[in-house]
Amino acid sequence: MSSGFPNVAGVSPPLPERRTELVATAASFTARLMNDTFEWFGNLGIFFWQVLRAAITPPYEWRELIRQLDEVGSKSLPLVALAGAAVGAVLSMESRSSLTRFGAKSMLPSAVVYSVIMEMGPIITGLVVCGRVGAGIGAELASMKVTEQIDAIEASAINPYRLLAATRVLACVLMLPLLTVAADACGVVAGWIAQTLVEPISLQHFIDQGFKSSTLHDLLPPTFKTAVFGFIIGLIACFQGMRTLGGAEGVGRAATNSVVLASLFVILADVVLVKFILVVFP
Amino acid sequence: MAAAYDMAVSSVGIEKGGGAPVVAVENIRKSFGNSRILNGINLTVNCGETLAVLGRSGTGKSVLLRLIIGLEKPDSGSIWIHGQEIVGLALDQLGAIRIKMGFLFQHAALYDSLTVAENVAFPLDHHRRDMSISERSDRVRQLLAEVGMEGHLDKMPSDISGGMQKRVGLARALALEPEILLLDEPTAGLDPISSGEIDDLVLKLQRERQMASIVVTHDLHSAKTIANRLAILNEGDVVIEGKFEDLQQSEIEFVKEFLKQS
Repeated sequence: MSSGFPNVAGVSPPLPERRTELVATAASFTARLMNDTFEWFGNLGIFFWQVLRAAITPPYEWRELIRQLDEVGSKSLPLVALAGAAVGAVLSMESRSSLTRFGAKSMLPSAVVYSVIMEMGPIITGLVVCGRVGAGIGAELASMKVTEQIDAIEASAINPYRLLAATRVLACVLMLPLLTVAADACGVVAGWIAQTLVEPISLQHFIDQGFKSSTLHDLLPPTFKTAVFGFIIGLIACFQGMRTLGGAEGVGRAATNSVVLASLFVILADVVLVKFILVVFP
Repeated sequence: MAAAYDMAVSSVGIEKGGGAPVVAVENIRKSFGNSRILNGINLTVNCGETLAVLGRSGTGKSVLLRLIIGLEKPDSGSIWIHGQEIVGLALDQLGAIRIKMGFLFQHAALYDSLTVAENVAFPLDHHRRDMSISERSDRVRQLLAEVGMEGHLDKMPSDISGGMQKRVGLARALALEPEILLLDEPTAGLDPISSGEIDDLVLKLQRERQMASIVVTHDLHSAKTIANRLAILNEGDVVIEGKFEDLQQSEIEFVKEFLKQS
């Protein structure tokens, strides 16, 4: 097609043709990205269905479930407690100066408690467990996949979705709310410590003031929303691990992807769940 | 289903009255991407018989075993185990067939978080809950003694050699007293003495248990030692099948070259 310009060797094609090329490249990239994304979600859906079917049909893997409850719950507790405490202390220190400026220093205990139990405790617990448990499950199952251990389980007439995936997902769902309670408790105590170092106040008084405007109605929905976080972490980590290819590089990629994707979906789920809680529990 | 099985058996050339094969593979095709690995394979194995499948690396020998145990699905064709077609079965239905089969993976595929004894006990813990803990423990000791590993119960897989891992893998494969044994390169990566020991072990188990076995190997010496029949794969097809003497008399160039180089 003639563009009206001489075809001189070494000179870039005219602007309209370059624009067309760029648009075509961008369109192709977008189409490929969308295709890969839909394929990923489709495979995740199939994986979820296989795990669900395996989870609800006997024989149940109780021993493995108990082992995973220990792995997810008790072994994550120190890290979650520390993270909760750090958040509580920081909240207390930061809120103090803001509230003092507006003459509302007396509201500090309520502000700390309310922030910790409504949002900071649950989201911090979710993200910490994403990192520790998500990476651990992703790497463990990926390593088993590349060394044919999952194939060996299947060849032994044992359902790997039931033994490996369902137990881990269920452990994450059950343990996240309990870990959140621990994080909340540590956050409130650390908030009190930060406050009492500046202006002494008894723990009893701090807690009374803190929970004066909070009820069980405020504590339970944010705590139980972490069960959804647990489901996301367990499902994505197991999915990434059990479909790994590519040796050591694949194991590393599975662990990284488990953390990144689970964290992303936990944050997105938090947005949706907060809105849901505000509507259902006004 | 029984009529279709009989047709499949007759199509792969089994003599009438010779006893139905335990494993029958009919016209199996398998590709990975654009690469055709198996191009219409037909094989049978009878009770008490050992078939060795040989061929160059990458000719689909291990893929064939994985298809028979159901870890891969063929693009077309049928696989019959004890008269039941397994292609298209759901995971839990396939489980009922797999209980009758033992599989030794090329690298043993031991569970690296479990000890040697726990690895062998694994299938028993899931499928033989009727046995008491002490009965299962005795059975594990017996199996490990059969493969010469009774002194290594509490060791982890990373603490034992490759040859020892294969022995433990073999003990695990035998835990549920299978009727069919599938061995993927049992002597690969082993020194000649260890290879000989594995061959002797497999022969001893065959004599005692009368299982139908399929051994995938590139080791002709090992195949001659343990197998009743040999089949050579090349470019997705079975080039020749029969006793070793039949292979030696073959005029097929590839077979002559394969035997010369082995």
